[in-house]
Amino acid sequence: MQKIEAVIQPSKLDAVKDALVEVGILGITIFEARGHGRQKGHTEFYRGREYAVDLLPKVKLELVVPDEMVEKAIQAIITAARTGRIGDGKIFVSKIDEAIRIRNDERGEIAL
Amino acid sequence: MRCMAKKYLSGSKVAQWALGLGLLALAAGHARAQTTGPASAISNGDNAWMLVSAALVLMMSGPGLALFYGGLVRKKNILGTMMQTFAMMAVVTVLWAVVTYSLAFGVGSGHFAAFIGGFHNMFLKGVPLTPIMEYAPTIPGQTFMVYQLMFAIITPALICGAFAERMKFSAMLVFMVLWAIVVYSPMAHMVWGIGGLLNASLGGKFPTLDFAGGTVVHVTSGVSALVVALYLGKRLGYPQKPMPPHSVVLSFVGACLLWVGWFGFNAGSALSAGSLATSAFVNTHFGAAAAAIGWAAAEWIRNGKPSALGAISGAVAGLVAITPASGFVTPMGALWIGLIAGVGCYLMVVKVKNIFGYDDSLDAFGVHGAGGTLGAILTGLFANSGINAIFGAGKATGFFEGNHGQVVNQLVGVAIAWTISIVGTLIILFVVDKLIGLRVSEDEEREGLDISQHGEEGYDFENA
Repeated sequence: MQKIEAVIQPSKLDAVKDALVEVGILGITIFEARGHGRQKGHTEFYRGREYAVDLLPKVKLELVVPDEMVEKAIQAIITAARTGRIGDGKIFVSKIDEAIRIRNDERGEIAL
Repeated sequence: MRCMAKKYLSGSKVAQWALGLGLLALAAGHARAQTTGPASAISNGDNAWMLVSAALVLMMSGPGLALFYGGLVRKKNILGTMMQTFAMMAVVTVLWAVVTYSLAFGVGSGHFAAFIGGFHNMFLKGVPLTPIMEYAPTIPGQTFMVYQLMFAIITPALICGAFAERMKFSAMLVFMVLWAIVVYSPMAHMVWGIGGLLNASLGGKFPTLDFAGGTVVHVTSGVSALVVALYLGKRLGYPQKPMPPHSVVLSFVGACLLWVGWFGFNAGSALSAGSLATSAFVNTHFGAAAAAIGWAAAEWIRNGKPSALGAISGAVAGLVAITPASGFVTPMGALWIGLIAGVGCYLMVVKVKNIFGYDDSLDAFGVHGAGGTLGAILTGLFANSGINAIFGAGKATGFFEGNHGQVVNQLVGVAIAWTISIVGTLIILFVVDKLIGLRVSEDEEREGLDISQHGEEGYDFENA
């Protein structure tokens, strides 16, 4: 089991969600986040002072999938979220020790 | 010793002393009443308009100013900021009934009569339901009293803009009570009260044209605001840390309520529902519009984009500047006054404030102090006897009409407003600071006024 964390542009959320459902991934958690990589923000004015807004709105997805689904999920996210410009985002993958379904105590991959 | 003083002296103690002294004065004072007219002199039309105007002016405070200021502060201070205005609505009302109406509009005695009313109208004694002829011959005295009360409410509330996000609620209450007595009442008396030194319609020695309170309301509050901002010092992190408004949306709503409410503020100052009220109404609207354009245009040129906050701030600046002029100038004059104020206050707020570096958080001085001063002077230029022959039929009122001396009188009125505001405010600040302390602690300031002063949060979107 592996966890996929993806930080993407908020405008790409619907496309990514649909793409993941299409490859058979049903469990997902969405966070509203702010951040930046190499992307520059913008400047705003308030009472004659200019200041930089460099924490930009982002969406972060977390999904835990069986090992054999990891690459499919990654490709689905990339295809749906890529624009080719700086600010597209990043995907991180890490190992998960255990998954448990709260409703009925199921453990392991069947709990996903 | 000082620690003990801070612990035992509270706002309520100060109030008790004030009440006691007032009752003493009431017992001692001799009666000199105003002239009361017959009930038959009441015009229902005038009274209807005046009651509506009073309601409009109150709306300017709540929710107008509460929203305007509230939107401009950071999220953690929204309730604290709104509470400051709301507290004025409650506290100033009671104070007005007890003593400040009498100080402002009562008839004073002897040499002091030009500067302050007496205590004869304390607890609204002698304020009739029939007209007070010197002030408003066609409406009940109590209509006049309650209309003026709404002005007394919003004036101190304006000052809150300068000390936003860092003043203790208790200290603010004590400060405002003292300010209403020491600064507002004398200024209101001088400009509008019987025997007032600056009263243009009742034969004051330096008749200052101030139709609806450019000096009484805006210069006093604006200049006092500057004094408080300088005395209290800057907010933590100012100016390095950007502190933009948490909701320009709220400020927008507030500003629009201010614009509409201002029709009561200015046109209601005609104290009647005739053509003078119409002039003031038209001028108010024109001044606001021209100023909004002026500020937005200046910002567009300087920053490349006109902001919503700039546009609404411009409108407010225009409303401030047209306040003293509203019942004296022509509609075209109002457009000019608005335009000049819009650009002038914009420069005050973006250039002058940054040059001097004071933290007038919500630009109370930049808009009200500067706008009011500018408006008062422009009134002396643009006043026209064709609109309001206040000095007598055929007698020129303003500079462009031929009365070159009026600008000097305007400057006298402005100078007195500045002086009484600076001196009065400094004394009050010093006293209140020594007694209970003015500013919240650093931790409280970081936490925000909502939690530290009121134990609540303005927004709670997490609880489903």
